[in-house]
Amino acid sequence: MSIDVETARRVAKLARIQVDESDLAALAGELSGILTFMEQLNEVDVTGVEPMTSVTPMRLKRRADVVTDGNIQEAVLKNAPESREGFFVVPKVVE
Amino acid sequence: MLDLTYEAPKAKVIAGAKHDWELVIGMEIHAQVSSNAKLFSGASTAVGAEPNSNVSFVDAAMPGMLPVINEFCVEQAVRTGIGLKARINLFSAFDRKNYFYPDLPQGYQISQLYHPIVGEGEVIVEMGPGVARRVRIERIHLEQDAGKSIHDMDPNNSFVDFNRTGVALMEIVSRPDIRGPEEAAAYVAKLRQILRYLGTCDGDMQHGNLRADVNVSVCRPGDYERYQATQDFGHLGTRCEIKNMNSMRFIQAAIDYEARRQIAILEDGGTVVQETRLYDPDKGETRSMRSKEEAHDYRYFPCPDLLPLEIEQAWVDDIAARMPELPDAKKARFMADYGLTDYDANVLTAELDAAHFFDEVAKGRDGKIAANWVINELFGRLNKEGHSIAESPVSAAQLGGLLDLLGDGTISGKIAKDLFEILYTEGGDPREIVEARGMKQVTDTGAIEAAVDQIIADNPAQVEKAKQNPKLAGWFVGQVMKATGGKANPAAVNDLVTRKLGL
Repeated sequence: MSIDVETARRVAKLARIQVDESDLAALAGELSGILTFMEQLNEVDVTGVEPMTSVTPMRLKRRADVVTDGNIQEAVLKNAPESREGFFVVPKVVE
Repeated sequence: MLDLTYEAPKAKVIAGAKHDWELVIGMEIHAQVSSNAKLFSGASTAVGAEPNSNVSFVDAAMPGMLPVINEFCVEQAVRTGIGLKARINLFSAFDRKNYFYPDLPQGYQISQLYHPIVGEGEVIVEMGPGVARRVRIERIHLEQDAGKSIHDMDPNNSFVDFNRTGVALMEIVSRPDIRGPEEAAAYVAKLRQILRYLGTCDGDMQHGNLRADVNVSVCRPGDYERYQATQDFGHLGTRCEIKNMNSMRFIQAAIDYEARRQIAILEDGGTVVQETRLYDPDKGETRSMRSKEEAHDYRYFPCPDLLPLEIEQAWVDDIAARMPELPDAKKARFMADYGLTDYDANVLTAELDAAHFFDEVAKGRDGKIAANWVINELFGRLNKEGHSIAESPVSAAQLGGLLDLLGDGTISGKIAKDLFEILYTEGGDPREIVEARGMKQVTDTGAIEAAVDQIIADNPAQVEKAKQNPKLAGWFVGQVMKATGGKANPAAVNDLVTRKLGL
């Protein structure tokens, strides 16, 4: 599979990564290289093989429905560039 | 079990300028799971807390934090699935749905795209006595709710609160089996009723705990039947999705508007573009959410933080064994055991509290009379004063006591209403009130006879008139009732008056 410049631009935008127009062609080439490398896996016949979800046979860990966390407003907001009255403050987003 | 057979309702037909059109509607209902803690963290789900106080580092998506699933939320989803007669998938898995929005700190929502926990089920949506739509459920999956943005606190900024971030949601996806705006509202109402009976979602639409995305398309009469026969969507029109509606009234208005918009486009020779739209209740119209279009590339992939969710059949069986009686079964039982009409059974099963109340009043008594008192006297009075059944000043035991006194002839129907008033405003034990205030019905014919004789002796002119015109006997009955303070048995008074006047 090959990634063209347009796809690279779109993927960058969806991931909110700013990429200079002049870098897009090189990036597209690198992404294509990664995908081509991965595509070698398609040569293996996996008919009838169940997808492996874990290297060790483990059961998904569960929690009881008990409140054990929270009430750390100050810590939660600590890294925010801006906060006011307990809220995160972000540039206006209205649909 | 339920053995009612229903007839399917007719699809809504909208007359266009050129010809008739039919509606095809499918819905995605987002129902917030009733639980104490969030789906993947130990923070509280309580509403009304300080902003960002019910937030853990997992919810805030701090680097390195890992989700751990709340087993009760899984149980609630399984319970909901069983309640919708759906297949429970013992193997399900979580995927990441990627998009950027300020109220989604992770940058992705953990959801279940490829392997949902619940598979196909159904909801029977009654549209009238003996008429119901069977709406097929395609799937129910578990996912995280997003936070809340507030836009009106500052002209240049939005404020974000993550308290709701990570609360468990069930997304309940229907097949396109709904055929009109009224059916759509009835479907939401029925689903809400079932969820409330199950205790898996409180159904509070005003606070967004139950909200609907509605997919609407239009087709020519006959096309839908071709779709049903083949399950080939090619027979249906292009659909638009109206997002995030939390009012039955708006759902209906939005569907109606959207259908007419699509019909106008098609009759004009245009094509409907598949897109996400938003309903504006102020303008009464839907408009395109163009900004959403590009973001709709969600790049789903299996969530690497979570192993697949494997549950045991024995656990599912245990949940199934503890299921409450659901609305359809309760209604059928009320009709079969208490002889209620379809209408009364619907009224009494609409809310679980009311159904429990009625059950307690009616147990061992005449069901029809109990229904009459609960609906007309109690509900009538509560509604007038804007109270819910939970706030009723009259308990089921008190109302039952009143019905016993009425049933064994201790009090008359008229006195029963007076007694109800006393119970409602003052409270107390019905039998004690009747004893203490001398409200017992006089069935002793000797006492009634004396009263009748007295009235006849006092009113010779009326007696003469009554002999000419027997209809005037009613006047004597009224006088006797008055003289006995309404406590005389009306039937006995009638008999005596007629006999004594020689009519």
